[in-house]
Amino acid sequence: MGKVVVPVGPQHPALKEPEGFSLTLEGEKVVSATVRLGYNHRGIEKACEERTYTQNIYLIERICGICSHTHSTCFIQCVEELAGVEITSRAAYIRTLVGELERIHSHLLWLGVAGHEIGFDTLFMYSWRDRELVMDLLAMLTGNRVNYGINTIGGVRRDVSSEQIKDILKTVDKLEERTKYYIEVLTQETTIVQRLAGVGRLSKEDAIRLGAAGPTARAAGVKRDTRKDDPYAAYGEVPFEVITDQNSDVLGRGIVRVKELMESYKIIRYVLERLPEGELTVKVPKKIPAGEAISRYEAPRGEDVHYVKSNGTEMPERVKVRAPTLANLSSISHMLEGGYLADVPIIIAAIDPCFSCTDRMITVTDREKDSKSMLDWNKLRAYSIDWHKERGLDFSAISHLREDGR
Amino acid sequence: MSGGKGLCSLYISPEKRKFIMFDKLINWARMKSPWIIHFNTGSCNGCDIEIVSTLTPRYDLERFGVQQKGSPRHADVLVCSGPVTLQTKDRIQRVYEQMTEPKFVVAVGTCASSGGVFTGCYGVSGGIDSVVPVSAYIPGCPPRPEAIIDGVVKLLGSLEKKEEEEKK
Repeated sequence: MGKVVVPVGPQHPALKEPEGFSLTLEGEKVVSATVRLGYNHRGIEKACEERTYTQNIYLIERICGICSHTHSTCFIQCVEELAGVEITSRAAYIRTLVGELERIHSHLLWLGVAGHEIGFDTLFMYSWRDRELVMDLLAMLTGNRVNYGINTIGGVRRDVSSEQIKDILKTVDKLEERTKYYIEVLTQETTIVQRLAGVGRLSKEDAIRLGAAGPTARAAGVKRDTRKDDPYAAYGEVPFEVITDQNSDVLGRGIVRVKELMESYKIIRYVLERLPEGELTVKVPKKIPAGEAISRYEAPRGEDVHYVKSNGTEMPERVKVRAPTLANLSSISHMLEGGYLADVPIIIAAIDPCFSCTDRMITVTDREKDSKSMLDWNKLRAYSIDWHKERGLDFSAISHLREDGR
Repeated sequence: MSGGKGLCSLYISPEKRKFIMFDKLINWARMKSPWIIHFNTGSCNGCDIEIVSTLTPRYDLERFGVQQKGSPRHADVLVCSGPVTLQTKDRIQRVYEQMTEPKFVVAVGTCASSGGVFTGCYGVSGGIDSVVPVSAYIPGCPPRPEAIIDGVVKLLGSLEKKEEEEKK
């Protein structure tokens, strides 16, 4: 039997974003997988060069709606480094607080989507219901559920009041209760463990070789977290643990994420208890001195890197973004190969892909090896007609109706 | 491209109605249970997660009979988010053509309505209406789930009104 190529996407119910995957199958097994990027390419990096730094914050924030705080903070850290300003510690604490709330909302979102991909819709509904609590907090703190707009060059735009702190702590307690339940579900529930264990394996060596980032790498036992390795905002002062897992499969990636939720609650409690007094912003000149800067940020999905080159005017000369999903994409083809077709959606979902982050460039990775033995649709039809004919069923009479092969 | 007649295309004109009771039943079913298909045409994800939020317990759009479907051939309403990128332009046209009549397009978010913050980017061709005809616009960056529900309910309301007018 020859190989069959199955296209997945760009419009596909399992993918929330337009992205193409071309899978070569041998029976049920995936032989090779090709990722086709670029459907989300809008040209943000170029557009940044035509806008001022302040305008860019709001454009950069819209690289991705799920990790918007990630991108704006990462960009602003570059600009602040170029301008040579140090933000107040209150601003750093508020950035950390919003960053962790964002991580909670993103991880709960992932848990729901993963549940949906394996047909466990109850988990999807549960975790999205709980996620609304975090969305309420973000709306209360920043004024918007998504794309918070709390960052500005030199600090943050909104303060946190003592009533808000009470509300946040109350909600965090509720969420912690729920998260304990999710940890139980992911580690003990037989159906989930049976479905996810051993799916999409990525060994520690492969994770390092392919440059995996975030929970994908940590689930393979690679202790890599920018918050610890290169602390920014208030992470240098906050105690927390880097969660790793030895499972190296989709189950491990899930466990790492839910356990990270618990760490996020710890960080939020620490930050709110020790929120220092002080100004929210420091003054930054509109014209940023010429120079280059690079900054790193641990997004919910992995390490996000921004590069800014300034030429002494109000607008940057070059902005470059390397989003975590791009780092994880090369490991996706590796994880898909050798797996089953039915596992494809959950393996793709397990890196928590965010293609709006990634698609500011076009990369085509071609891993097809053997194109000679492929069967196209018409050949496959002819094959099935013959197969049935041998068994006494003749469909050839109606074949003229479907000459176009549709 | 077929379609593009907007709201009027939901109804079969009176002279063509041979089985009026049957048509009424179909129209009633369509209005009480519009099935949607979601297509991200280059959005930042913000609108997409809010669309999914409207389908989950807190907002629960399913109480209006709205269900998300995987295939364009099963759907009545195409819910789009994001500015149309040059790469998705052909795809959204194909998805739109695969939908059966009558069909509607809802543009969720400022980017989908006009291009928004991405206007002028070299990879963006503009709002959804630069490619396929749009029946309802829901502005916001991103619109709150309440706004999305309001938009869908308003679209359904306008269809019902249209039917009443045609009766007269």
